[in-house]
Amino acid sequence: MNTSLVVFLKEVRENLRDKRTLINALLTGPLIGPLIFVMLMNVIISRQLNQAEAPLELPVIGASNAPNLLEALRQQGFDPQPPVADPIAAVRNRDAAAVLRIPAGFGASWDKGDPVQVEVYYDSSLRDTQQPVTRLRMMLENYSRRTGALRLVARGFSPVLANPVVVDERDQSTPRSRAGSLFSILPYFFVLTVFLGGMYLAIDLTAGERERHSLEPLLVNPVAPWRILLGKIGAICLFSVSSLLICATAFTVAGRFIPTEKLGMDLGLGPGFTLKVLVLMLPLVLLIAALQTLVSAFSKSYREAQTYLGILMLVPVLPSVLLSLMPVKTAGWMYAVPLLGQQVGITELLVGGSVTATQVAVCLLCGFAVAALMLGITARVYGSERLAISA
Amino acid sequence: MIQVENLHKAFGEIRAVDGVSFTARDGEITGLLGPNGAGKTTTLRMLYTLMRPDAGRVLVDGIDSGADPLAVRKRLGVLPDARGLYKHLTARENIEYFARLQGVPANEAARRREALIEVLEMGDFADRRAEGFSQGQRVKTAIARALIHDPKNVTLDEPTNGLDVMATRRMRQFMRDLRAEGRCVLFSSHIMQEVAQLCDRIVVIAKGRVVADESPEALRLHTGESNLEDAFVKIIGSAEGLAA
Repeated sequence: MNTSLVVFLKEVRENLRDKRTLINALLTGPLIGPLIFVMLMNVIISRQLNQAEAPLELPVIGASNAPNLLEALRQQGFDPQPPVADPIAAVRNRDAAAVLRIPAGFGASWDKGDPVQVEVYYDSSLRDTQQPVTRLRMMLENYSRRTGALRLVARGFSPVLANPVVVDERDQSTPRSRAGSLFSILPYFFVLTVFLGGMYLAIDLTAGERERHSLEPLLVNPVAPWRILLGKIGAICLFSVSSLLICATAFTVAGRFIPTEKLGMDLGLGPGFTLKVLVLMLPLVLLIAALQTLVSAFSKSYREAQTYLGILMLVPVLPSVLLSLMPVKTAGWMYAVPLLGQQVGITELLVGGSVTATQVAVCLLCGFAVAALMLGITARVYGSERLAISA
Repeated sequence: MIQVENLHKAFGEIRAVDGVSFTARDGEITGLLGPNGAGKTTTLRMLYTLMRPDAGRVLVDGIDSGADPLAVRKRLGVLPDARGLYKHLTARENIEYFARLQGVPANEAARRREALIEVLEMGDFADRRAEGFSQGQRVKTAIARALIHDPKNVTLDEPTNGLDVMATRRMRQFMRDLRAEGRCVLFSSHIMQEVAQLCDRIVVIAKGRVVADESPEALRLHTGESNLEDAFVKIIGSAEGLAA
């Protein structure tokens, strides 16, 4: 039998007997992402829905100064609350998202046809205030425009005179593309799962073996070190791919629990999506397994390997963060960069865009090339005489 | 037969092995005696090709280890200083794994394995997982897997280290059995009595050099000491790092 296969089968068998590895690779690793995701999305979506549909409840100072204005606001979904003594303090202490103050002279100025002033207190540095303030301002502007139009009509002018430019918004987003911007973090979860799924094995099969003094006897066998390495990498890949498969399937299921339809969104999750993700991720599976083994080979102990890999785990988050902070246009070259290619490709699949066969080929080819390079470096380290010696 | 010729190995400034030569013959037990840190383990590691010597060479049955390390490893049964087992595998499975890596045919491997389990008295724990094995059980399993391919040459690094009295006695008898089968047995030790009792030939190493390479009788004669232990101390210059 091929010795790499012997090593592969032994590592798989041994690790299937290790509860900790199993739980990490097949349970917590792949499922924690979808779980967090569903909870996060539910919170975000229900908040947005609540804010948009619920009556706008804000304190009003001097409500009795402008009963007509308040009535008009009420009709637009405003629910005035009792006044606060100090609007500035109320806003700063987050007792209220915003405070509307109507000055005492409102009625007199209104009757004369003079411009009247109302004050909206808020703190724009608090994210929660943005939506209520925008809604309040829209309501006030609506009332102002309507009254203005009525005044023009009363004087025999067409209200159109006051609005020479009319903006007609034509939003080209589709339900899927709106979902995409919200779900651009999803590819990171897949990368993370691959990373976590193989990490325990990668540490255990090199740093762990050395620490338990079984690497030296293993390497004394008449087998080239690269063959042993290949078997070990194979076992790591098997676990991380299983992890990825479980994770992608879990996302398909989890998608049903996210009330995307309420936002008029549509996610492209499904068996076809799972399969495409798997194909796009394959080079990363190999690359990450080789990289983790390399780090593990350089570490003096199990703990050291764990520390280094913990830091390394933050690297794949970079493309996700960069792309969500600086939404650049997807370019062809991005598919050639491992990690970035997967990020772009999976996001594209998710929003229903098309990924061409050429793009997939470029992604796989470049990914596997880098993985092969990493594998070569790791094989070199595996062949060095320092590898086996623990003390 | 194992021939070691003028081996050198340095780690930075430290010359761990500084010109070691000796020959271990078939049908003999050759003991590598030296205090802790004398360079025994490093010498053995170069011998079983885990380390490359800075200079010198090793011949196993006439094959140069530098030219064909895999062929040399096939002819060697090695119990290294590190003897960790796979704790999620049973003793039998541990042995089986090495049989496959050595490329021993399945039926041949099964026959050998059962014979070794019998000889090493491993029957009562052979199907238990290695987790929680005693030191003696671990060493037995490690020896069984090292000899599964029926090697002509056997190299044991401190085989009785950590064993209790009974286990040590059995181990010594096992080494005599290996010699009776006509194998070349090379083992290292820092225990004087053990080497004196077992060996046909004694190679004494101190500070990376061979300071004596003789039969026990010759060694006694040479130093003028009737007691072999006194002879060792006289050769090495101190008893530090040795055990009676």
